[in-house]
Amino acid sequence: MRRVLPHPLLALFLLVAWLLLVESVSPGAVLLGSVVAACGSWALASLAPPRARLRRLAVVPGLLLDVLVEVMRSNVAVARIIMRPADRGARRSGFVRIPLDMRAPYGLASLACILTATPGTVWVDYDSAEGTMLLHVLDLVDEAEWARIVKERWERRLMEIFE
Amino acid sequence: MTHAAELPAWAALSVAVLLLLGAGMALVGAVGLLRLRSFYERVHAPALGTTLGIGCVLVASMLFFSLVQTRFVLHEVLIAVLVVITTPVTLMLLTRAALNRDRIEGNEAVPPPPRSRR
Repeated sequence: MRRVLPHPLLALFLLVAWLLLVESVSPGAVLLGSVVAACGSWALASLAPPRARLRRLAVVPGLLLDVLVEVMRSNVAVARIIMRPADRGARRSGFVRIPLDMRAPYGLASLACILTATPGTVWVDYDSAEGTMLLHVLDLVDEAEWARIVKERWERRLMEIFE
Repeated sequence: MTHAAELPAWAALSVAVLLLLGAGMALVGAVGLLRLRSFYERVHAPALGTTLGIGCVLVASMLFFSLVQTRFVLHEVLIAVLVVITTPVTLMLLTRAALNRDRIEGNEAVPPPPRSRR
């Protein structure tokens, strides 16, 4: 199986994307989509990326729902900050260095995407020797609070999925 | 848009509200690019347009075309997936480039690199 289709998840994503684009599930579309998916999967295999191990997939829907809620909540928060009159200078932004326990590359990539896609936080840097990440926060009140939010809200569940 | 008049009122209303909300978020993000003070603050502003902004416009589009063509029009979901995967990469690259330059120029306001890379 691995030799025929080296990256089944990517192949499945490509097939679904193809079927969505042609808006059809006719045998011809499925056949052509499967060829595209297989070619994409082989192309990725020649780049030899580190292998992803997914476990506890049951955690994924709840995590995605929380990401959606958090993205909407911080959209409103950041919009408020932008539209607020400029003279109130109480808000400060800044960098936070947060130690992480997660080492799985795809878990770290997912955490980076979640944090950066959420308005108000941008993942800046990761240091693999120390295992720490650098986060820039638009409305920084308490550094320790942010470390706790990242670890408890996202890292714990990503570790369940990827490690 | 010739079929727009055939839509029931509730659908036309929700499509319009979603479109305005999405466009409004993108506008607020653009205003943020002008109003926020430093580069590191401005980098947060486009995220409004690429999350809730584009999300609302896509839901409005899917709703409109699904009702007009009386079938599920779902391929816009791909736009959302690709935007969510690719935008963070751009934002991260920009921020890291700025941080790297500030460190080289000896700017005091940015944090130093971790001990292992000094």
